[in-house]
Amino acid sequence: MARDEAVRDLVERLELPFNQFGVDPYGISKKHLAVAFGMLGFMYRRYFRVKAVGIEHVPPRGRAMLVGNHSGGYAIDGAMVLTSMLLEMNPPRLAQGMVEKFMNQLPVSSLWSSRCGQLTGLPEHAERLLHDDRLLMVFPEGARGTAKLFKERYSLVDFGTGFVRLALKTKTPIVPLGFVGGGDAVPTIHNSRTLGKLAGVPYVPVTPYFLAAPLPAKLVVHYGAPMHFEGTGDEEDSVVKGYVEQVKARIAQLIEAARADRRGEQGRT
Amino acid sequence: MKVLIVGVGGAIARQVALLLREAKHTVIGMDRRPWFEAPKDIAVHEVDIRKRAAEDVFRLEKPDCVVHMATVNALSAGGEERARINLGGTQAVFAHSTNHGVKHVVVVGRHTYYGASADSALYHTENEPPQGIGSFPELADLVAADLYASNMLWRDPKLTTTVLRMVYTLGPSRSGTLSSFLRGRRVPMVFGYDPLFQYLDESDAARAIALTVEQRPRGVFNVAGPPPVPLGTIARETGRTVVPVPEVVLQQLLGRFGLPNLPKGALEHIKYPIVVDGSAFREATGFEHHMSEVDTLKRYRRISPV
Repeated sequence: MARDEAVRDLVERLELPFNQFGVDPYGISKKHLAVAFGMLGFMYRRYFRVKAVGIEHVPPRGRAMLVGNHSGGYAIDGAMVLTSMLLEMNPPRLAQGMVEKFMNQLPVSSLWSSRCGQLTGLPEHAERLLHDDRLLMVFPEGARGTAKLFKERYSLVDFGTGFVRLALKTKTPIVPLGFVGGGDAVPTIHNSRTLGKLAGVPYVPVTPYFLAAPLPAKLVVHYGAPMHFEGTGDEEDSVVKGYVEQVKARIAQLIEAARADRRGEQGRT
Repeated sequence: MKVLIVGVGGAIARQVALLLREAKHTVIGMDRRPWFEAPKDIAVHEVDIRKRAAEDVFRLEKPDCVVHMATVNALSAGGEERARINLGGTQAVFAHSTNHGVKHVVVVGRHTYYGASADSALYHTENEPPQGIGSFPELADLVAADLYASNMLWRDPKLTTTVLRMVYTLGPSRSGTLSSFLRGRRVPMVFGYDPLFQYLDESDAARAIALTVEQRPRGVFNVAGPPPVPLGTIARETGRTVVPVPEVVLQQLLGRFGLPNLPKGALEHIKYPIVVDGSAFREATGFEHHMSEVDTLKRYRRISPV
């Protein structure tokens, strides 16, 4: 109960323009956030025992872009990054992710994702949120990133370039993050597109125990110092790709740091 | 300035007429429906815009500005009839305006032009195409009328054309799409969805149109006021009970048990939001809404109890 109240207090402290109904101009609802973070907070603290390092690198106010790797067969990483922003930052911030289109097509997930500020991944959404000085969360690996198999869990697939162009255009700092442990929580051995088609999602991760329910693996996330790039967003592909590679290399370093950290933590327990 | 309001029988159109009259403009009205309580100095011509007699009004009165509000927005109206009124009427307004020296035409359209779909941006700007038409072809007449009016911006550069894409309205007339939806004690919603709805109080909607007549901005503008509110909140705050019904069941229930007989695509409008960015209009005219989203609902609850 005390935990629920603490989460409600944190939601109250979010610096978002909520109206009298507790809803902001993007439809984010205090009531829904309190319920969602009540559950995510339990997962964060008790189930996954998430360790967040370097949270001081995330600007407390103003536009910023959290950019990280995917870890796990579905968006456990995103959910735990969101939760770390609310539970660990002072003042708490709401990170807004760019979710896959199918999330908005399905009943219930459409409602909860939009009420919690997780909008469909469209350039228009990202740009508008940054203009409104929000905290954007981006996983440039996209769905290919969550589809990584257990053996590929610490690798990075190709990054899109849109996030860097957007950062240049909107003069937004990029806060890189490395997330590890998701591959152990959902040890994917195969992605079933047939089951996905039946469920209305791109694929369903299949684990050695068949179910895609996450195991209580220790998750670690390391945030790095903000990266600033100068430009307009209209640069040649070669220039933008160079910046993307810099972000990717930094994320790879953070993944390694988080792995070492996780090994140390597990050694102690 | 002499202003002709086509469709003056509508609740908001009447308020526009009274606001313009207050601002010392000469106001003339045209509608198939009578306006019995019209002030004596507002001449109302009971004429259908699509009939020949309508042109006589333009010829004799020689208005400087025409506000076109004779459109049917109700989704329950038949497609063919809607097309005749919405597209045919808009065509007639522009034909008569260009033939009889009108300087400014204001077309009051709807933000539903953009359509509701799962993968469109939450905030629509004026540059966007009507993406929702694929899932809901019944919107074609509104889209066609909007595009026809927008075409006038380059087809007749001497005429100042303003196309307004206005959000839903709520107010004492208790008419319009959102009011119809809130008519009953129980409001059916699609289970698992609760889209944002954007609305203006009727008085603010009328002020926005009157301001357009005064400021004469040229172009296409979204007209919005307070930020959007989830449909479930609108229903509850106006004293209604929300009844979530699975989509497959709701599709079967349409047209029965007192529910309107809507095309299946209309359900997209209670699953996904249509929210517009009204900043260009505010910048062009200085418009500011007076009634907040909360006050509008409080008033509506008072005037439309269940």
